[in-house]
Amino acid sequence: MLRLPKFEIARPTSIDEVVALLSEHGDDAQIIAGGTDLVPNMKHELFTPKVVVSIADVPDIAGVRVESDGTLAIGAMTTLHDVASDERVRSIAPALGHATALISGPQLRRMGTLGGNVMLDTRCQWYNQTHFWRKSLGYCLKKDGTVCHVVQSGQKCVAAASNDSAPALMTLDATLVFHGTDGRRELPIDDLWRADGIYNKHVSGELLTEIRIPATPRGHRGAYEKLRDRDSIDFPLLGVAARVDWDDAGDRVARAEVCLVALQARPVRLKKVAELLVGKQRASAELDGAIEASAERAYKQCRPLPNIPGDHEYRHEMAPVFVRRALRACVRASENASDAAGV
Amino acid sequence: MAARDKHGVDAPWSAGFQVVGRPSRKIDGLAKAVGHAVYADDITLPGMLHTKFLRSPHPHAKIRSIDTSKALALDGVHAVITGECMPIKYGVIPWTPDENALATDKVRFIGDEVAAVAAIDEDTANAALELIDVDYEVLHAFLDPDEALTRQDPQIHEQSEANKKKRGHRGNVSKHVDLEFGDVDAALDAADVLIEDEYTFHGTTHAAIEPHCALAQASPDGLLTVWSSTQITHYVHRALARVLEIDASQIRVIQPCLGGAFGGKSDPFALEFVVAKLALLTGRPVKCLWTREEVFYAHRGRHPMQMRYRTGAKKDGRLTGVDAKILIDGGSYSSFGLVTTYYSGQLLTGPYDFPAYRFDSTRVFTNKPPCGPKRGHGSVQPRFAFEVQLDQVAEKLDLDPIEIRRINFQGENTQTVNGQRITSNGFMECLDEVERASRWKERRGKLPRGRGLGVAGSMYITGTNYPVYPNKLPQAGIQLQADRSGLVTVFTGGNDIGQGSNSIARAIVAEELGLDPMSVRVVAADTDLCPVDLGAYSSRVTFMVGNATIDAARKLRKLIVSAVAEAWEIEEKRVFMARGEVFDLESRNRRITTREAFHLAEERYDTLGTTGAYNTPTLGGDYRGGTIGASPAYSFTAHVVEASVDEETGRITVENCWIAHDCGRALNPMLVAGQMEGSAYMGIAEAVMEEHAVNRFGLHAGPSLLDYRIPTSVDTPELHALIVESLDPEGPYGAKEAGEGPLHPSIPAISNAVFDAVGIRLTHLPFTPGKVLAALRAQRSKNLATPVGTGGA
Ligand SMILES: Cc1cc2nc3c(=O)[nH]c(=O)nc-3n(C[C@H](O)[C@H](O)[C@H](O)COP(=O)(O)OP(=O)(O)OC[C@H]3O[C@@H](n4cnc5c(N)ncnc54)[C@H](O)[C@@H]3O)c2cc1C
Ligand code: SF4
Repeated sequence: MLRLPKFEIARPTSIDEVVALLSEHGDDAQIIAGGTDLVPNMKHELFTPKVVVSIADVPDIAGVRVESDGTLAIGAMTTLHDVASDERVRSIAPALGHATALISGPQLRRMGTLGGNVMLDTRCQWYNQTHFWRKSLGYCLKKDGTVCHVVQSGQKCVAAASNDSAPALMTLDATLVFHGTDGRRELPIDDLWRADGIYNKHVSGELLTEIRIPATPRGHRGAYEKLRDRDSIDFPLLGVAARVDWDDAGDRVARAEVCLVALQARPVRLKKVAELLVGKQRASAELDGAIEASAERAYKQCRPLPNIPGDHEYRHEMAPVFVRRALRACVRASENASDAAGV
Repeated sequence: MAARDKHGVDAPWSAGFQVVGRPSRKIDGLAKAVGHAVYADDITLPGMLHTKFLRSPHPHAKIRSIDTSKALALDGVHAVITGECMPIKYGVIPWTPDENALATDKVRFIGDEVAAVAAIDEDTANAALELIDVDYEVLHAFLDPDEALTRQDPQIHEQSEANKKKRGHRGNVSKHVDLEFGDVDAALDAADVLIEDEYTFHGTTHAAIEPHCALAQASPDGLLTVWSSTQITHYVHRALARVLEIDASQIRVIQPCLGGAFGGKSDPFALEFVVAKLALLTGRPVKCLWTREEVFYAHRGRHPMQMRYRTGAKKDGRLTGVDAKILIDGGSYSSFGLVTTYYSGQLLTGPYDFPAYRFDSTRVFTNKPPCGPKRGHGSVQPRFAFEVQLDQVAEKLDLDPIEIRRINFQGENTQTVNGQRITSNGFMECLDEVERASRWKERRGKLPRGRGLGVAGSMYITGTNYPVYPNKLPQAGIQLQADRSGLVTVFTGGNDIGQGSNSIARAIVAEELGLDPMSVRVVAADTDLCPVDLGAYSSRVTFMVGNATIDAARKLRKLIVSAVAEAWEIEEKRVFMARGEVFDLESRNRRITTREAFHLAEERYDTLGTTGAYNTPTLGGDYRGGTIGASPAYSFTAHVVEASVDEETGRITVENCWIAHDCGRALNPMLVAGQMEGSAYMGIAEAVMEEHAVNRFGLHAGPSLLDYRIPTSVDTPELHALIVESLDPEGPYGAKEAGEGPLHPSIPAISNAVFDAVGIRLTHLPFTPGKVLAALRAQRSKNLATPVGTGGA
């Protein structure tokens, strides 16, 4: 078996203690939640923290709550399994329910957390390898090296954001609650991401405690479609989250969103793609046409790179297919819901 | 002298089979299920050290020097060794010894073993590896087999100048076989249709759940014991003696419970020599467990092959001749490569009659992890190519794909074009079974677009008469001991690698002596205790160890029966053994327990024990290589696959796979069905998912079980095992193999089903969605280019 590098484990019992430990140890500290990403990455010597800060004993950062204004508040330490199987998640934020149910396999979903998924490291076939492997390669820009093997002349790492929950949370306008030395702050999820595969987030050294999803309207529908080789375990080769909200009358699209992951360093929001649907009549040819047009536009707007394993041209070909499928799933869900007489 | 007698296909006692033929639990099933089984890595000895390997970061390089002094100076390090302490080369095939336990002068792939450390724990050993300095001179690396074929220098395995003068510059060719049977050119000229096409088999690996592990201990008086997760205890024993320069009588090799092998543990491996050497040097037990990544480097998986086939047939579907040209990518060492090269041609000559046949196979070395035998060694790739080509012939002749296979059936008790003797042959029943079960007649060609049925057939060896080192000794030996408690212990050199060979030995002894299987214990794969068996490869164990077991059991039975008959003063034929008792057939209430019978026999004959053996009859064609692939019995298989194709994503889903397999007699139908399902699973995985790929740097593209995709349970189709029993005249009670044959047809059957579903021919593996979409696009543009009204079907 691969060995874990040596480290110390800290087990703080409050948010303040976590914050203090993180600020004391700086880059030498790393949070561990479920450990399903951190542990393999440590075995690959991608991370060699001196202090691993377990947040398992911090109270009140796990669990799902619905607040009085309808906000869905999910503790960062809530396991993916608990998120995926929660009825409130499935009705208020169906895309998140779908996405989390498709993350890796059943065992890992019972260990892995939603917070860990949001904060997941980017992935690349030249990076997620053992130390021996990377050393034989001569390393790469993201870690220990100077060149990128995906874009050889590139100055930037283009490793792929690979967290399935991210695009779903983006369609849901999620905000993230972080705690740092300056106290608590809320950040819209879109503002978390940077287009840099080395570290694709604007926040570091802070504890994510909660993921907040504002109440969704009655006509809200969401879906997540995931491309992968196997129907379990695998990271996304492409992930598409879609949102379609019907207007109050329930017959025109009031709002639509399409967000993708596993393309580049940050999950992407395809604003122009989703806009095509707005105002279209339910069950109409113009809606079908708009879905087709969105799919075509998605094809033009995304350029998968050979960063993660597999054929990137195939991933490109699948972008319109999966955008179409995700949007259709939203539209279909809507029909089912009205069939079921408003349940 | 080993018994070459046939023991017959019938039950030993007139009441019929009591144990054989009934589904029963594996001997070690419960122990494995509850975590009781002891695998190599479960063994821990006092004072044990741990070993880690330093591996080459270059695909091809000369080693100028190695400095181990800093590593040796590290606290907790007991020894550091390099290639010079074991300079003798080895190889599982004695004609091609080209491996060293640790590199002596060169490294030939990324991951090749260069040095090893024994330390108090794994972390210390790993830390020491970082302190070893190796000075390499990097050489040109061959990653493309075509280049290895045409470019002679540098040689991956250097020939001496003298050898080059004498034999010619071999370049990077590992083995070349060119054999022709009949006049192929004339046969193809005489054909009404001729199909010519190219096929590619990518590489795949075994991915057994247990990584390789070995542990060695040297006793104070110099006896060496090695526990290893091997499927070939005997060959490891021999190789250790050779490389360590120790007499084999001073070495004991034990195979503990094994977590799968599939051919991936049938070479001697660096870790076995290294733990043994380090145990001798340090005087401490030494263990090494390879990481999953290291297992991917050890590889010995299925060879990539580029194959060109030409097949001619008459209008009625009869084949006239087959011509094959194959380039085999061997990776960096020979391993079984000599045999692989022969098998790539020799094993194709059934279940169909080939009037004329030629194959020209060349295996080249490349700077990649070494290929070797994987379930269906050497013949899965050509079988894929040929069975797809046969479908192309049927298409051209407008024949039903099952029908063309029936038309060309070679029959029973016949000889193949390359001189192999065929005895029992249940292929026609296999075709009948899959045709019936899949409702082929109603459904093939008639399902809605996107769904289709495909068929393929195959044959495989049940062991071969070619032991890897030439000798006239039995291929399998057995020893039985009857204890006063009523227990019989079977000592067998056979390697139970999960296929159930120990269960089979137990069942046979129980059957022969009328015992409950629980009264039979099996001690296996321990060179100190067990007579030699050559190992678990070539699907030989049930057949050969089974026959040897019957041989030994009948000798023991004779002793018991005659002692009882003498005591009871009756004729021997009146003595009957069943259900743990011995009784008089003519006076049934005269009965004693088997235990009491053992006492009678022991009084009469002294300590009770017998031996049994098996050796193959003389087989094979009378030409160089004619014995390679010559088997005492062949198994036959047919599959029908039902596949659906998502034309938007290109994804193939195998919905159903009907597997009809002629295994002779099914000694334990549950084990046979398990092997059939496991084989089909593995074939399907190779077709649609798995790929052992090496990237442009010569690095394994993804040496982990995350990146090397083996199907999970949710990706596994419905598998339907249909057992066909043709009762082979020479098999134990008529049994043949079931562990490898049933893999072969799944891959071409998928391609053929996809053709039925959407009309594209997939000839290059793996069948990725991207390739399917490309083929569909080509189909569409061809259809557009064909004027309306003149298009084909
Ligand atoms: C075989 C395998 C398959 C996988 N498949 C998928 C997949 O299909 N899709 C997918 O999205 N993921 C997949 N994963 C990755 C991982 O299992 C999930 O992303 C999981 O949600 C990570 O959560 P965790 O709690 O285990 O995170 P950890 O491993 O504990 O942490 C991950 C990262 O987040 C940081 N972190 C964790 N919690 C916090 C917090 N509260 N505040 C700040 N930082 C934090 C950690 O420091 C670390 O850098 C897979 C992993 C494996 C091993
Ligand atoms: S994209 Fe991949 S290869 Fe390039 S720098 Fe990032 S991790 Fe390394």
